[in-house]
Amino acid sequence: MPARTPRRSGIRGGEAASGWLFTAPMIILLGMFLVIPVLMALWVSFSDWNGRGSPFSGSVAFVGLDNYSALVGGGGLAEQDFGTALRNNAWYVLLVVPIQTTLSLFLAVLVNRQILRGRGFFRTAFYFPSVTSSVAITVLWLFLFSASGAVNKLLSFIGVNGPNWFNDPSGVLHNIFEALGVETGPAVLTGNSFLGISFWEWLAGPSVAMSAFILMAVFTTSGTFMLLFIAALQNLSGDVVEAAVMDGANGWQRFWQVTLPQLRPTLFTVLTLGLIGAWQVFDQIYTGTQGGPGKTTLTPAYLSYQAAFTNQAWGQGAAIAFILFVIIVVFTLFQRWLLAERAVSARRMRWYLQTPTSGGSK
Amino acid sequence: MTTTVRNRMRPSTASQRLRNLSRPQLPTSAIAGRSLLYAILIVLAMIYIAPFLVQVATSFKTDVEAATNPISLLPQTWSTSAYERLFLNSDFPIWFQNSAIVTVFVTLGRVFFNSLAGYALARLHFRGRNVIFALLIAVMSVPGVVLLIPKFLVINQLGIYDTYVAMIVPLLTDAAGVFIMKNFFESIPASVEEQARIDGAGNFRVFWSIVLPMARPALVTIIILSFQGSWNELSHFIVATQSPELTTLTKGVASLASGQLSQGTQYPLKLAAAAIMTIPVAVMFFIFQKRIMNTTDGAVKE
Repeated sequence: MPARTPRRSGIRGGEAASGWLFTAPMIILLGMFLVIPVLMALWVSFSDWNGRGSPFSGSVAFVGLDNYSALVGGGGLAEQDFGTALRNNAWYVLLVVPIQTTLSLFLAVLVNRQILRGRGFFRTAFYFPSVTSSVAITVLWLFLFSASGAVNKLLSFIGVNGPNWFNDPSGVLHNIFEALGVETGPAVLTGNSFLGISFWEWLAGPSVAMSAFILMAVFTTSGTFMLLFIAALQNLSGDVVEAAVMDGANGWQRFWQVTLPQLRPTLFTVLTLGLIGAWQVFDQIYTGTQGGPGKTTLTPAYLSYQAAFTNQAWGQGAAIAFILFVIIVVFTLFQRWLLAERAVSARRMRWYLQTPTSGGSK
Repeated sequence: MTTTVRNRMRPSTASQRLRNLSRPQLPTSAIAGRSLLYAILIVLAMIYIAPFLVQVATSFKTDVEAATNPISLLPQTWSTSAYERLFLNSDFPIWFQNSAIVTVFVTLGRVFFNSLAGYALARLHFRGRNVIFALLIAVMSVPGVVLLIPKFLVINQLGIYDTYVAMIVPLLTDAAGVFIMKNFFESIPASVEEQARIDGAGNFRVFWSIVLPMARPALVTIIILSFQGSWNELSHFIVATQSPELTTLTKGVASLASGQLSQGTQYPLKLAAAAIMTIPVAVMFFIFQKRIMNTTDGAVKE
């Protein structure tokens, strides 16, 4: 934050009144549609409200942690669905975040070359999917990945019989195990379970249907993150690279040992934004599969919506939302913790910066 | 391979670069490397663009052809029946209109309220400012998807469910936008305002006629973000409305995708709808292309 201007008097009349007046619309709107709703939902998550009447009327009872315990230890369908949704989304996060980060960095490095012709064209091509709405992209994806769609047509050219993407509930990892001759998992994995589904099921990997969504997420977000990386690359000082060149580092070494360490702050931003975004899969599921096939594209966000708006289990829906909230907050804090680590790496980076330049350009 | 070329080019000025480029005796390895780079880029660009070309092409095909030949970019028989059906025989025009209404109001609202609050937080000194700012940061960290049920509860409680008010008012300001405006106002010198204040202008006058015109770059950012955000918004409209007259494009096309209004797959119809709903954001994107590509640049630097 820039240094605050020193307080002056006289010509700055009525600042307190203006200050509150200017911020009042924001305070009222955010308070009314963000802070108060969250508090209301917190109450609902501890209640047995069924959607009829006001959640604050006398007929609505406080049920303590019932809604939460049904999700994480109830042993019923609610727990199983919640476990399935978490598993699906965890695989989604595990694949989407690293792939989109790597791809966007790769694209940024490619289009950032100074001697490249048509840089503007390539940047536009890679960024364009990011401006379209998730609904429009999902509709397009449903077509491209349909049984007789464009993707399978392309696969057939190289002799591959493509799957029926959005109708295929089989887990990708399970399919690989099966190809290796492992039809059922060891009893240790199939016999024990966590959140209502067996460890073998946790290891199913994303379903084929979910994989199509994973590809879609990579397709639509890599452009946005590419822009962040391009901005960071343009802010790098050329001196360090030059020094590394003088020291005889080749392109690969320079990327890993000079460029990448300097990109660390941006890398953290991209990873954090990616993590937060990837845990909030909703639009695609609502538009495309509604959780199917075989609940393998169910996500906590969609499950929360479904529980409340379809099944009228509002307490449970709100409870899922808050657990999801906690998951996202934990990831954000984890990122903060990593950022704090940066103090160390910054020192190391300074060492990087000093060592090669000492006899070099400056 | 390519790197050897880049090394030599890196420190060069534009004119040197031109000279280097026109120099005929580039080593063959460098030429091969450069060709490889372009080949990779062109293949990647094709992967990114092809889906949209296929989309537009398919929207002009017949249902049968869309299924039998999903990949060709030129329909064998051109058919505009998907578009006729959308515009003449469906609620599509209403959806479009609703999306437009919401987007216009939300964008205007955000431009005004975000800059007003951002200015106050950046420039006006008043007790409680730091608390408000801290709360703003806290609010920014609440993930949107978590708010589905909460938003419905408060909209329902206020008795505005299923109205334009419920669709527009909750979106009229956003914490991230206020944050962007605050950062921008902090980056411009205060001396200009001081002059106006000495001349006796009030706080709102200073804001409205001095500061706001200077904030054009940041306002364009807000316009782009809120236009795109409200045009593409889905979840808020799901929880705020239910009647067909208030359906927006996102909600309407999502219902198309899950099979209402149609027997069979009807891909041309769905893809035409998705293509049309992409046009406004695409136009917006191409108008502000330079700004968008540089916005992140500036935002990081600020």
